[in-house]
Amino acid sequence: MHFSKDHEWVRLDGDVATVGITKFAADALGDVVFVETPDAGKVVTKGDGFAVVESVKAASDVYAPVSGEVIEGNAALAGAPETVNADPEGEGWFAKIKVSDASTEGLMDRAAYDAFLATL
Amino acid sequence: MRYLPLTPDDRTAMLAAIGAKSINDLFVDVPAAARRDGFVDLPRVAGELEVERALGAMAARNASAGTVPFFCGAGAYKHHVPATVDHVIQRSEFLTSYTPYQPEIAQGTLQYLYEFQTQVANLTGMAVANASLYDGSTAMAEGVLMATRVTRRNKAVISGGVHPHYVRATETVVHAVGVETEALPAAVDAEADVIACIGPDTACVVVQTPNVFGTATDVTRIAEAAHAAGALLIVVVTEAVSMGLLKSPGEMGADIVAAEGQSIGNALNYGGPYVGLFACREKLVRQMPGRLCGETVDADGTRGFVLTLSTREQHIRRDKATSNICTNSGLCSLAFTIHMSLLGETGLRKLALLNHEKALATRDALAAIPGVEVLTPRFFNEFAVKLPKPAAEVVEALAGHRILAGVPYSRLAPAAGMDDVLLVATTEVTTDADIKILASALATACA
Amino acid sequence: MSSMNTVGRPTTPNRVESKPATLTGGRGLLQNEHLIFEGDGWGKTGVDLPEPKTDGSDLGDLVRRDPIGLPGLSEPETMRHYVRLSQKNHAIDLAIYPLGSCTMKHNPRLNEKMARLPGFADIHPLQPTSTVQGALELMDTLAHWLKTLTGMPAVALSPKAGAHGELCGLMAIRAAHEASGQHAQRRKVLVPTSAHGTNPATAAFVGYTVVEVAQTDDGRVDVADLASKLGDDVAAIMVTNPNTCGLFERDILEISRLTHEAGAYFYCDGANFNAIVGRVRPGDLGVDAMHINLHKTFSTPHGGGGPGAGPVVLSEALAPFAPAPWVVHDADGYRLIEREEDEAAQAFGRLCAFQGQMGMYTRALSYMMSHGSDGLRQVAEDAVLNANYIKARLSDVMSAAFPEGPCMHEALFDDEWLKGTDITTLDFAKAMIDEGFHPMTMYFPLVVHGAMLIEPTETESKQELDRFIHAMRLLAQAAKAGDVERFKGAPFHAPMKRMDETRAARQPILRWTAPEGSNIAAE
Repeated sequence: MHFSKDHEWVRLDGDVATVGITKFAADALGDVVFVETPDAGKVVTKGDGFAVVESVKAASDVYAPVSGEVIEGNAALAGAPETVNADPEGEGWFAKIKVSDASTEGLMDRAAYDAFLATL
Repeated sequence: MRYLPLTPDDRTAMLAAIGAKSINDLFVDVPAAARRDGFVDLPRVAGELEVERALGAMAARNASAGTVPFFCGAGAYKHHVPATVDHVIQRSEFLTSYTPYQPEIAQGTLQYLYEFQTQVANLTGMAVANASLYDGSTAMAEGVLMATRVTRRNKAVISGGVHPHYVRATETVVHAVGVETEALPAAVDAEADVIACIGPDTACVVVQTPNVFGTATDVTRIAEAAHAAGALLIVVVTEAVSMGLLKSPGEMGADIVAAEGQSIGNALNYGGPYVGLFACREKLVRQMPGRLCGETVDADGTRGFVLTLSTREQHIRRDKATSNICTNSGLCSLAFTIHMSLLGETGLRKLALLNHEKALATRDALAAIPGVEVLTPRFFNEFAVKLPKPAAEVVEALAGHRILAGVPYSRLAPAAGMDDVLLVATTEVTTDADIKILASALATACA
Repeated sequence: MSSMNTVGRPTTPNRVESKPATLTGGRGLLQNEHLIFEGDGWGKTGVDLPEPKTDGSDLGDLVRRDPIGLPGLSEPETMRHYVRLSQKNHAIDLAIYPLGSCTMKHNPRLNEKMARLPGFADIHPLQPTSTVQGALELMDTLAHWLKTLTGMPAVALSPKAGAHGELCGLMAIRAAHEASGQHAQRRKVLVPTSAHGTNPATAAFVGYTVVEVAQTDDGRVDVADLASKLGDDVAAIMVTNPNTCGLFERDILEISRLTHEAGAYFYCDGANFNAIVGRVRPGDLGVDAMHINLHKTFSTPHGGGGPGAGPVVLSEALAPFAPAPWVVHDADGYRLIEREEDEAAQAFGRLCAFQGQMGMYTRALSYMMSHGSDGLRQVAEDAVLNANYIKARLSDVMSAAFPEGPCMHEALFDDEWLKGTDITTLDFAKAMIDEGFHPMTMYFPLVVHGAMLIEPTETESKQELDRFIHAMRLLAQAAKAGDVERFKGAPFHAPMKRMDETRAARQPILRWTAPEGSNIAAE
């Protein structure tokens, strides 16, 4: 699992990346009330916004940690956005992306991310 | 100065508590070049009596609708508002309260907004409505923008029956964001002409019923054509009372309704403040602009209401908001709700029939005048007539005889080549005597 | 002895220690009230109308046949319903709303009387202008007052609210750049990080890219950062002055000079005009466009959220692009310029139908005339004095965000002083409700942590201010003494407890719906 500075995570399985937001981000947002996940087929570029997550008082763009084409957005979040709070790094995933570039350059591993969080 | 409670002694004591020698110390950050001693060149303080005299003199120079035979419509209508409405909206807790951002001490406002949203949704035949926008014209502009967001297409086709001010206000705003509009030429009875203009880049078609010429249209066919092409149908309604008699926009397939609510609870007020009604289909609700009031519970489990889905709005999304709207029409929407509560469905239907009755009688009286041709085939409470002379001249002449005969279409759209068209509106307030006076004066003026 | 009334009764109260809950949930004067849809108003009406002579059959299939779903109530029931609802609202007439940037001043009732004169309330926007010369005179007079107070040569009256005014200003700026052929290259608008959300929202709406400008440690625009970001790709800056931290931008003349030198325009958010009205003219600060919230500085009522009005004063450079319509006064009287031809050839368009918020113009002018130029200057002075008094009397128990120097009409605190108490700005605000005060503005501006922005306005008496300060001091002490429950569960004494806003957003219920199987309503 790898992490970005903007608190997104990515789990690579072959050329399929599952992405979401970290527990730190979910906690900072408060109760998630809505997630705008991308449609299948959408082309995403690393660093660009590809989803939006909303709590009652805040809204945040979610940036793609990898480039590629969206295979599916997590449809379960539409009816149960609270999943993002309950299990942000598991069931609360946002999208599965077929990566065009599987490099994890610029991303941190768990230890590095935890160290990064300590500096905030 | 009656609105300023501080006394000179108060000011002295407060400056001492602050540790400032004079009030000027508190303005120390103002650059010297911008400081002004003395008073701006305007009249000084005036007592209530003086202000009443000055403003009263201005008011006296206006011919108010209630004092003359009155037939003006074209987007603003004179209806009778029950005395209760104005009393209730002047209660301190409604007049002087703020936006309900602290719901625990604003349930009065939140509950009536919830009732308002329900009334508007039911009136328009739609699933949901917001807590009001500024007016019908800005509601139409917001509707077009919403349609472009939902369909991700960039063009709006607007019928030739939509109110020219509404068209212009919409064009001004949507062109600024690169949305294209195709506004069809003015036409008394041609809402369906928009169908031929629908293309793959059409986000929405916009029609009005009753339109600015008063024509009532069944837009079901237009809805079907739009939907078949993946576009939305926006229905504009400028006379809210019409929905008490005519099939609702929702029933006819509208995706978005942008309407003017002024007719219910609100005076003519020379054009404002009015109240924009905005309603849409269930699945479009997250793209809806403006404030929304929703139901919830408090910590004790008691039902209550709060502003919700706020993340669409400017104070959170900032540069990604659905719109930059902050204020709604507050007190005007309360007036609407109270009047609608008094009317109820029974009263509204009756009121609508009375409006229609007066229009039929007026139409008959005017149709009998040689040289006058009634243009509108089916109408609610307003219709267009063609005169043998420029309508603006006739209206001015009749105004000189203290008759407000209606609105010349040329006032709204001088380049439309319809200088001889007059828009005539009636309501439950119109009397048979008024109709007689109008008919007689018009006959003389047109001879 | 004989007496007229032989029945005695006790006239001193019993002391009773318990406080039994009521049997019905009622609480003395405070009534619970259901929705109009939940009563027995189906089929009723509270308006007496004559029988119509038509049944609408001439309209055939256009007639609406299905139930609409609108309950009706008699007048007594309607009165009770809405009066009961009104009891649950806080209001300026009740107590202070110390909301920073909102300017919750007293709403004079003379304004309401004037607005209701039939000569103003009962005239149609499209009547021949010869029949409404007094209305046009009022608009022209208001325009004159606004221009004179701000030192600007022109004003667009039609925007229906502050945000609408921002739209007007930015569109005039864009039109000006288009006219000089520079719009294509000037696509950025600079906005301070402390700006109100409507500023970037409006700029983005009009098609600009928003670039943020940093703030200095003393709460003002970082002029060096601004200068570094100005260039020939910038259309405008949007600055609030006094700013959203309640501070006057000392370098404002430099800011406007740099902006103009770069060929850009200076849009000023006039929400805080109450601090300087009658003392400082935005025109003297180099402003090109500024909206004025009539419902803030000029006392038109907030009405639970609206209606507002946001006329925009304009500089010489932007005046030609003002939207239609506007009033012209010449030898023949008053005329209304409604269309973008001839005299309005460069207008950027029209913002709304008809002429704008006439009902608010009447109220605002009534207020302005009541104060006069001397009164308005006193308004600004008392507003600033009141805010500084609060700042001085609370700075020892709370942490002022910018303690150095005076504030203007509002005092900004952060939540530094709450560190270690486990009590947040939100909790503190909710406890204020229990003491009888509406909370101050919370969490705005975004640049200060846990912001608390307090604007008393000039219509608070010293007695009311002292009452407010006293309560705030007691609350602050309680917070620091660890009285956590008082804050975490607040409010306890308001008509409602804290509301579940998460639920309202996750499962939006935006309207009452008839139960399954009922034939009451259409949807």
